[in-house]
Amino acid sequence: MSYAGWIILTASLVGLTCGLIGVLLILRRMAMMADAISHTVLLGIVCAYLITRELSGIHMLYGAIIAGLITAVLVQWFHTRGVQQDAAIGVVFTTLFAIGVILIATKVGNAHLDVKHTLMGEITFIPWEKISIPILGDVPEAVVLLTIVLCIILFVIFAFYKEWKITSFDPALAASIGIPVVLMHYAFMSLVSLTTVAAFDAVGAIMVVAMLITPAATAYLWTDRLSWMFVLSSLFGILSSFIGYYMAVWLDTTISGAMAFSTGIIFMLSFIFSPRYGLIAKWFHNRRSSKSLGIFR
Amino acid sequence: MFDFQFLSYNAQSVLLSTFLLGIAAGIIGCFAYWKRQSLMSDALSHAALPGVVLGFAVLGEKNLFVMILGAAITALLGAWMIHLIRTSSRVKEDAAMGIVLSVYFGLGMMLLTFVNKMPNGNQSGLDSFIFGQAASMVNKDVWTMIGVATVVLIMMIIMFKEWKLFLFDPSFAKGLGLSLTKMNVIYMALLVLVIVVGIQAVGVILMAALLIIPSVSARYWTDSFKTMVILSALFGGGSGLVGTLISTLGSGWPTGPFIVITASLLFVLSLAVGRKKGLITLYLQHRSKQIFNGLKQMEEGQ
Repeated sequence: MSYAGWIILTASLVGLTCGLIGVLLILRRMAMMADAISHTVLLGIVCAYLITRELSGIHMLYGAIIAGLITAVLVQWFHTRGVQQDAAIGVVFTTLFAIGVILIATKVGNAHLDVKHTLMGEITFIPWEKISIPILGDVPEAVVLLTIVLCIILFVIFAFYKEWKITSFDPALAASIGIPVVLMHYAFMSLVSLTTVAAFDAVGAIMVVAMLITPAATAYLWTDRLSWMFVLSSLFGILSSFIGYYMAVWLDTTISGAMAFSTGIIFMLSFIFSPRYGLIAKWFHNRRSSKSLGIFR
Repeated sequence: MFDFQFLSYNAQSVLLSTFLLGIAAGIIGCFAYWKRQSLMSDALSHAALPGVVLGFAVLGEKNLFVMILGAAITALLGAWMIHLIRTSSRVKEDAAMGIVLSVYFGLGMMLLTFVNKMPNGNQSGLDSFIFGQAASMVNKDVWTMIGVATVVLIMMIIMFKEWKLFLFDPSFAKGLGLSLTKMNVIYMALLVLVIVVGIQAVGVILMAALLIIPSVSARYWTDSFKTMVILSALFGGGSGLVGTLISTLGSGWPTGPFIVITASLLFVLSLAVGRKKGLITLYLQHRSKQIFNGLKQMEEGQ
């Protein structure tokens, strides 16, 4: 496959994976948790590197999942100790991120691992780091990693579809009919960390946040059905990676930044033009209802 | 007083700047805490990035005033967008903040690549806005910091009663004829002011920490708003001072993260032994109550 092909494929996989997880994030009102985890994953990667002294995929995955879970546990713990939820998130992720930055600056700073790279990602290098797979031939490492994570996420979401639905919309009901709500919360946090770290190498932390939150929020403006929301959110994710790539090539700028920006464009368009929840639709609806009230007056 | 003669003149200015920044951020952070908008500061500091870069691009050189102006414009635009998304669609506030944060940051990165291609863009040191480079601050920046800290302090002191009403009983404040919109505008303006001046010292990503952590720590020591603000300012200023000092110990050590770590250590300390809600304090109170009850029972038994 061509160079551009691999980049678009990688980005689309990121869009698809993040789009799926993002739906649950939006519905569970944990969007800022994703922001927090995408930052603390840095500490996980640095620690994994300090222990193993190599930057291979699997150690980084472990490190990231552990860091993500620690973030989730700490936020929850502070929250039960009376700190406001968003203040708790703010304290935990900035602290862990600062530790990560300091470790990089003082201990492990080298060509392979620098903070800027992990924040912005460097998708242009993805096609060069290939590993060979029996039937498919040489495939970039990031693509393999993303495909595996996508399969895991698809499996977990659809195997427990009903459980996710109930815990997201009505946690109290879920608890009362015996669904392990707390376990699902932490399982979900692990999935978020997994997605983040898989997407991380390709597109960086900030772009992950854009891909996790924005397509799902856009889909939320179009539909009331959970199944449709999954479909639309993945589609918006893929669409923004296409738009982002071509915009970046056209303007000769950073690909991950352009992709993050294009998720925003799609959101803004939906925000204005969505047939049910858009600004224009609402405006018409308000006018019509005030007119029909006028008849009765 | 303290003897900072061992530091160069420049280092002394940096020290003073981060100290003042910490104080200003500590005060505004308390407002954000009680408005339950701690993460808003995170979103706004990310939203300031495109403005900083645009400010540079317009003039083609590093002019602090123009860059701050640009940052203030995009940050306020971001704040307005969060408000708009929250009030006129079904998307919730946290998602709205996430969207603004990441999309503006993406835009900022795009603009940054354009600027880096400009003739003198490469040496602009704009990258330092992402992680902050307090060491690069010069005498002029100290004056900016002094100005900002003074403005924040004055607004805090002369409007103290209004702030209290605004934060704790908005409907009563409205009943008294206090304009909530006006208060909100002032609050937002102060928040954005502190953020845009602060990001060059500690960076876009860690600016939020300076606003959030001192106020949360102060909450563990007191129930009075006044004491909380004073403590938060002290914690903020202290972390700025100590963090900067630590970062001068090694070459190339980033200032922002060390300031944040210092603030976090203060937070952990407050969490453990804070006078009001500290964990060890609560445990000791619980124990002494038990012992007291035990003694009472023994007395009654006799």
